[in-house]
Amino acid sequence: MRPVTMEEIEGLRGLNSVKVKEAHEEGKKVVGMYCMFSPSEIAIAAGAIPVTLCGTAQAPIEDAEKELPRNLCPLIKSSYGFAITDKCPYFFFSDVLLAETTCDGKKKMYELMGKIKPMHIMNLPQTSEGEDSLESWHKEMVKFKAYLEETFGVEITEEKLRDAIKLMNRERDAMKRLHKLNAHKPAPLSGMDMMLAQWLKGFNVDKEYGISLIEKLIEELEERIEKGIFAFDESAPRILLTGCPIGSGSEKVLRALEEAGASVVALENCTGYKPLDVMVDEDPDKDPLLALAEKYLKTPCSCMTPNNGRFDLIKRLAEEYDVDGVVDLTWVACHTYAIESFSLKNFVQDELGLPFIQIETDYSDSDTGQVKTRVEAFLETIEKKSATV
Amino acid sequence: MYYIGIDIGSTASKVSVFNDQNLVLNFSMPTGWSSVEVSKIVYEKLEKMNIDKDNSRIIATGYGRVSVPYADKTITEITCHGKGAHYLLGEDCTVIDIGGQDTKIITVENDRVTNFTMNDKCAAGTGRFLELMANSLAIGIPELAELALKGKEISITSMCTVFAESEVISLIGKGTPREDIARGVINSITGRVYTLLYKHGIKGKIYLTGGLCEIKPFVELLSERLGKEVISSPLGRYAGSIGAALMGF
Ligand code: SF4
Ligand code: SF4
Repeated sequence: MRPVTMEEIEGLRGLNSVKVKEAHEEGKKVVGMYCMFSPSEIAIAAGAIPVTLCGTAQAPIEDAEKELPRNLCPLIKSSYGFAITDKCPYFFFSDVLLAETTCDGKKKMYELMGKIKPMHIMNLPQTSEGEDSLESWHKEMVKFKAYLEETFGVEITEEKLRDAIKLMNRERDAMKRLHKLNAHKPAPLSGMDMMLAQWLKGFNVDKEYGISLIEKLIEELEERIEKGIFAFDESAPRILLTGCPIGSGSEKVLRALEEAGASVVALENCTGYKPLDVMVDEDPDKDPLLALAEKYLKTPCSCMTPNNGRFDLIKRLAEEYDVDGVVDLTWVACHTYAIESFSLKNFVQDELGLPFIQIETDYSDSDTGQVKTRVEAFLETIEKKSATV
Repeated sequence: MYYIGIDIGSTASKVSVFNDQNLVLNFSMPTGWSSVEVSKIVYEKLEKMNIDKDNSRIIATGYGRVSVPYADKTITEITCHGKGAHYLLGEDCTVIDIGGQDTKIITVENDRVTNFTMNDKCAAGTGRFLELMANSLAIGIPELAELALKGKEISITSMCTVFAESEVISLIGKGTPREDIARGVINSITGRVYTLLYKHGIKGKIYLTGGLCEIKPFVELLSERLGKEVISSPLGRYAGSIGAALMGF
């Protein structure tokens, strides 16, 4: 049976869309963001509400394709489709948009999207290594702060920034503890529910309420662990899912894995554990904008080169969660993740000694059968392995 | 005790029967429009041989595996092809299976599938592609491969089946010899297999399964393209059903 708190967490879906409307009517500002490189702390310190606008649904893609090429990553098409069709309340109520120069598809799409709503673009360095990168990313933080101050006519004091950092660190910490519960064998929470809980946090208008719900879920799961109630039994292969971001509506590979009997215990992607790994430094002697720059620059995303951090993180998670296999999801036309998949495969198979599969697909249902076959065949190779030991 | 493997593929359905340890029979039939229908016909055939649910263990595989209501278990064609290839070749190997809908590369180590790669979401480089191209030349696949042996190297550049078809038609229009077109068609398949195989990695001998393994000239051209010997055997097209039956042991 599903943890009861999950229902409350799912309730956030409806609640948040009402709350964002109310907040807008009260004159609160909303900052729409698209990426895990977006420093939501600065928006919060400006008294605004940060929301994640990443498109995770197939529905608006057809409309997006009227303006964008078809062979583009579905996430980009979905995000743009939501923007031009006004089907997403969060986009609709966003006062400004924050974007970063991440992958090529996204940054060119932003040029078009910037015509619909005011948009600030942060110039993300292409590498996370070296002082130069940090320095330039730090400057981008300064610029974004100035942009919000000017646009919203507010002052972002150091104190407000520090408070926002503390708040977001608390959210991260709660999410991280939730994620880590699945290191338990067997896992107390299904990967589907974990994804949902992590995904919904991006829309939380009331951060404190969101955090309290996660704390409640953690408590419930800890009780369940004691009582021996788990999402899967001991025999379910434990999977680490990495690759492109997923969310409600684009969870098909995760769903296929769990429907085929796997327990997806670790979500390494940026909609899962990736942004939770590193906290923002709360050192009172450090410039909070520098602390933010340091944290966000460490996001091990494939749009960075090199991206060694991702391999380190996967290794750590694979060990900590004692996984039986690694699944790398790459959205069609996502070049950075697709290319990186080749190195990842060698790393996982040769250095971690674990089965690995890359699954390339999009948001549509057209290849459900093929995805199912791949996933099942992959799990069959794992099951046989454990049977021999 | 009988062990039955039923492989419902997108074009053909294959059945293998083991009587205890011995492979006693293989047969195949077109899948037609309904995998449910074909699985019924298979059962009737088995019953005529006095094989039924009570004296056998039945494993279904292939894309229509879920349409075999009387199966004891379903297992994906990837696992079954690996198992079947190992049985036929008698050792670990890297399996190439060119099916109707997809092409797979499967690594078999210690009689188990340890790794596989499938082509993505598209008919390029599959059996269906060959079939369509042969149709546009108004010949069958065996003749196509035969012709290709005599052809000059030309390349069909379109990766997409639909575009490749119009490319072939325009080559016919230009009066390009059929041998050369046939060679181009085969090259585009073997080229796809080449990239898939080398991206995947080769361990042990290379073994071809699926319907194409019966076509000698194709095997020859594939070996040439891969720069490695490709082994096949007459029962290669039954690798999936044989493997399925073995999985029931
Ligand atoms: S995958 Fe990278 S670029 Fe895309 S949303 Fe996540 S962090 Fe941003
Ligand atoms: S999934 Fe890949 S292509 Fe799509 S937005 Fe993210 S990095 Fe860009």
